[in-house]
Amino acid sequence: MPETELGQQIATGTAVATPDPSSRGGRTTHLRVKGLNVHYGDFHAVADINMDIAPNAVTALIGSSGCGKSTFLRSLNRMHELIPGARTEGLVELDGQDIYAPDVDPVLVRRKIGMVFQSPNPFPTMSIYDNVAAGIKLNGSRISRSELDGVVEWALKGASLWDEVKDRLKGPGAGLSGGQQQRLCIARAIAVQPEVILMDEPASALDPIATQAIEDLLLELKKDYTIVIVTHNMQQAARASDYTAFFNVGPDGPPGRLIEFDTTQKIFGAPSNEQTAAYVTGRFG
Amino acid sequence: MSTAQPPVPVLPGTTGSELTAGKLPQRAVPAVYGVAALAAVGLALAGMNRALAIVLAAAVAGVFLVGWAWLVEGRRRAIDRLVTISVTSAFFAALAPLVSLVETVAVKGSARFDAEFFTSSMRNVVGEGGGAYHAILGTLIITGLATLMSVPIGVLTAIYLVEYGRGRLKTAITFFVDLMTGIPSIVAGLFAFAVFAIFFGPGIRMGIMGAVALSILMIPIVVRSTEEMLKIVPNSLREASYALGVSKWRTIVKVVLPTALAGMITGIVVAIARVIGETAPLLVTVGAITSVNGDPFNGRMSNLPVFSYDSYRSPGVPPEPYLQRAWAAALALIIIVLALNLVARLVYRRYGTHLR
Amino acid sequence: MSTAEPSDKIALTGGSRRDRMRRMGDQVFSGLALGSGVLILVALSGVALFLLIQGWPALTADPSQIPGGDGFVNYVAPLAFGTILSSAIAVLVGIPMAIAVSLFIVFYAPKRIAQTLGAFVDLLAAIPSIVYGLWGVAVLGPAMVGLQGWLEGHLGFLPFFKGPVTTTGRTMFTAGLVLGVMILPIVSAVTREVFSQTPRKLIEGALALGATRWEMIRMTVLPFGRSAIVGASMLGLGRALGETMAVALILSISGDVTFNLISAGNPSTIAANIALKFPESSGLAVDVLIASGLALFAITLVVNMAARSVIARAERGAR
Repeated sequence: MPETELGQQIATGTAVATPDPSSRGGRTTHLRVKGLNVHYGDFHAVADINMDIAPNAVTALIGSSGCGKSTFLRSLNRMHELIPGARTEGLVELDGQDIYAPDVDPVLVRRKIGMVFQSPNPFPTMSIYDNVAAGIKLNGSRISRSELDGVVEWALKGASLWDEVKDRLKGPGAGLSGGQQQRLCIARAIAVQPEVILMDEPASALDPIATQAIEDLLLELKKDYTIVIVTHNMQQAARASDYTAFFNVGPDGPPGRLIEFDTTQKIFGAPSNEQTAAYVTGRFG
Repeated sequence: MSTAQPPVPVLPGTTGSELTAGKLPQRAVPAVYGVAALAAVGLALAGMNRALAIVLAAAVAGVFLVGWAWLVEGRRRAIDRLVTISVTSAFFAALAPLVSLVETVAVKGSARFDAEFFTSSMRNVVGEGGGAYHAILGTLIITGLATLMSVPIGVLTAIYLVEYGRGRLKTAITFFVDLMTGIPSIVAGLFAFAVFAIFFGPGIRMGIMGAVALSILMIPIVVRSTEEMLKIVPNSLREASYALGVSKWRTIVKVVLPTALAGMITGIVVAIARVIGETAPLLVTVGAITSVNGDPFNGRMSNLPVFSYDSYRSPGVPPEPYLQRAWAAALALIIIVLALNLVARLVYRRYGTHLR
Repeated sequence: MSTAEPSDKIALTGGSRRDRMRRMGDQVFSGLALGSGVLILVALSGVALFLLIQGWPALTADPSQIPGGDGFVNYVAPLAFGTILSSAIAVLVGIPMAIAVSLFIVFYAPKRIAQTLGAFVDLLAAIPSIVYGLWGVAVLGPAMVGLQGWLEGHLGFLPFFKGPVTTTGRTMFTAGLVLGVMILPIVSAVTREVFSQTPRKLIEGALALGATRWEMIRMTVLPFGRSAIVGASMLGLGRALGETMAVALILSISGDVTFNLISAGNPSTIAANIALKFPESSGLAVDVLIASGLALFAITLVVNMAARSVIARAERGAR
């Protein structure tokens, strides 16, 4: 496909992505991505991403393995920089502020843009309570015990885990089931009160019932947070997201590119790109 | 029917059509060794050297089994049995010194392994009596100081190598740590001596010099073991911490180190056990005296390994009390070393679970 | 569920006092880590430098001043000979044993107890060398008298067993055996690790061809672990070269340069010579001992460097 055509579709895609104007003081964009390229050394992972991510909505990133969606997700809070040789061009703006500006501290970026990972990773040396409080304690905040208790309870309730663990907060986090561990990780992420939560296939290691619980939770969480989620599960994207972005690599392999970005309804109902159509109907990928 | 022949000659031993062809009876091996054990006991009772009786009986049994297998099972099986027997014997032969050594030290050391040994020094003692209190104190002080120096340097270096290090400097440090593990302990002692002698003159002997020498031996062990432990902390835990907006050093201190802690402690305890029995570096740096000296920055200091060596090497007249004290010191050392190793293992088993 | 009020805006550039402190914490901590690493570099260079400074007078002194009156090289040569001889015996004894022990633990012992057996072998490395020395003099030496007599009687035509045999057993042969036991756990630790990493598919492939266990080991495990065995052996050699106390206690030293392993007249080793002479030396004699230590350091450095590079290559190959 010619370069220009692809670009136009991306432009069209972003234009259609109009979120609910009622939230965030009428602002329509929470995270804005302009001309983003990510390299690992000589490897060009993703190219020319333009995307406006709406506040208080779930944006799903779909595409086959190796299409760069995880790299893109990690570039939204600069987690990909932990890999040596990572290099980024372009713009990622959080409420109008470029997170790649030279004087920006990546640590502070990650406090506002949290992340939940593919397999649950509670800290094995900490109790459930300490896991949730980890972000606050490790950041060196000196808040009182009762305030901290309040935050932990609030975060666990926010992650729909409170009722299951309230009697064993001092128990080890690693003693929970996989689904509970993942919700514990979500509680841990929201306890530091970020604005955006990135999720990298949060349910892929879980059974169907635990997956359902996470999807239900997404609907609750988006009332308060902007959520970007990578998923391999088409049904999950269709059920739980408001917007969907389809990534793919060209016929010559990487870099991965954003093929189409639109409301979930449109992507799964009437995609305008034939690659997208092929992917969402399961004809490839 | 030459066309039905396989193009390549098949392996000898696989030409037979039955799967059970030629095999020693199932209980042949235990039976033969049972007879050999009885024979060994008999020979020993008849007055033969114990070790020689065991070796002889085991060798005869082995030769018999291999010969029998050769006749019944063929060459390949017999060679396989020969190797099995040799390898197994080698293992027990390797453990024999350990058993003999522990037994010898326990027997000879127990003669003076009494309260006086642990409560009195050798001050004004000639012949019987006296003890190693001054040497035990010295060993604790010197090893303690060495640990105080080695652990921070070793752990921080391991942190550098695993969490920060890149490129040439990392390669260079890794390489130097490898080389350090190979420094002969006497050379480490000479190094400490040479450094202090330059500043204080050639006659200098101090406890701290011994501690420096032991540190040179201890640091690479601590670096190695800590490095191994930090490497097996899953990266997902670091990522989880970074994603919470936690800075790198707090991530290392509050997440990575606690996760690796049990393994690190195990490694440090093993390192202490390694150096606590070192004799040569202390011989050339701290010397020996007969009375208590608790000040590592002032003059000679006794210590268990050198105490044992001196008592054995240059006993007084009559020699027996000196030799007994030497063995008692060796017994104390072995108990300390084995106890430290046991502690290390228990710590890892009890607290090191979340990495497995 | 309460709502998350967007917290007071944290500026992404973090100008607050706490943020500055945190960034300083990062710098201080990484600085400490780096500093420790560099300290090791400096310390090791220091070992060589200070030994050189202290040993220099011995290298430049008038030959007649050196103990023996014949110059430094002639002083060290017999010691170097003894060092190499004792280490050679140790390697000949210790390494085949170590390989056999590793094979036993990895492939022959019941899986359940293999780890425990390995721990016992590791204990051999934990025993202080002074204790090995005492044991060598008190137990192994006397026990070897009979065997050495037999060797003299039956293999006396070889220079190694010419005799006359001692009655104490405190010979080069005994010292070498003890060194062999001492390097066994070091060699075994490396080979055990590499043997257990032999790819399953190779092992199963060999067994599926109808190989016996030994044939499987010969076809897959030993070729796979070959360079690790070489490297581990050199590591053991490095340890044997520098081992001090066991030799100092066991060996009955005359200073003769001889291949005779079972007589009362034995060459000393560099390390044992330092331990025996150092406490009573002063002046130039100390410098001579330090210079000999420098020579030992150089020898072990070369052996260990070679060993490490061989092992590193083996590990890269295994991956």
